[in-house]
Amino acid sequence: MNRPVELAQSQSAVLEVNKVLKNTYALLSVTLLFSALTAYISMHMAMPAFMPLVCTFGALGLIWFVLPRTANSAAGIGVVFAITGLLGLGLGPMLNSYLQLSNGSQLIMTSLGGTGVIFLALSGYALTTKRDFSFMGGMLVVGMVLVLIAALANIFMEIPALSLAISAIVIVIMSGFILYDTSRIINGGERNYIMATVGLYLSLYNIFVNLLMLLGVMSDD
Amino acid sequence: MDWMKISTAILIILMLVFIVPRAKDMLKNSPKASSNDMVAALIPLLLVIGFVFLLIKSV
Repeated sequence: MNRPVELAQSQSAVLEVNKVLKNTYALLSVTLLFSALTAYISMHMAMPAFMPLVCTFGALGLIWFVLPRTANSAAGIGVVFAITGLLGLGLGPMLNSYLQLSNGSQLIMTSLGGTGVIFLALSGYALTTKRDFSFMGGMLVVGMVLVLIAALANIFMEIPALSLAISAIVIVIMSGFILYDTSRIINGGERNYIMATVGLYLSLYNIFVNLLMLLGVMSDD
Repeated sequence: MDWMKISTAILIILMLVFIVPRAKDMLKNSPKASSNDMVAALIPLLLVIGFVFLLIKSV
């Protein structure tokens, strides 16, 4: 008896998921372009070495204190642009130091391409299988806590092998977050495209930075 | 020790302060995974590791 109502509800849920997915990918594409622009500006302005740290502090402050309050309003879009712009700005000094290597531009392009392939493959996998990867949330966050503790210890111990291991583990954890975030959007767990965009952007950003570090250390030159 | 290292350490400690309570909460509330779910998540992650290894070999 309730079939038409259930069908209408399920159709409306599908439409809602598709809308969130479309808006997330649209905002993600634009913010990635904006981030690339601010990184380019930062490279040409030859920002000082402490800039990445300042930008990361600023971006995390926005993510923790401002984004949760603005995510449900149009102001949230401006906050997302501020976060991604700051993180892009912070990339400039690092990209400049890689460009000083003989194969620097190749490393950056490989890292960029590699990040794109990982993102497209994992998103495609999560979208086509439509599996619920929400069980990964706890494991991924605990993994991130362990990585942060290891990174904190390595600031003082300065072990290059540990630094490489941290980069490799961050790539795997962030790949897991892409599956987790995409599956949350598909299964209706995330209905706010602004929060979804920031989650996916941070995964992409971390994969790119850590892949670049790995390739830089492991390259022959 | 230079101030960059101290600032980075402060940043990481702040991240831990924010993430640890959420990690506890997520661990409590995450649904349990079946072995099929684990395999479905592990396969793409293993492929990512293989792909990164290939990228490292190519540079």
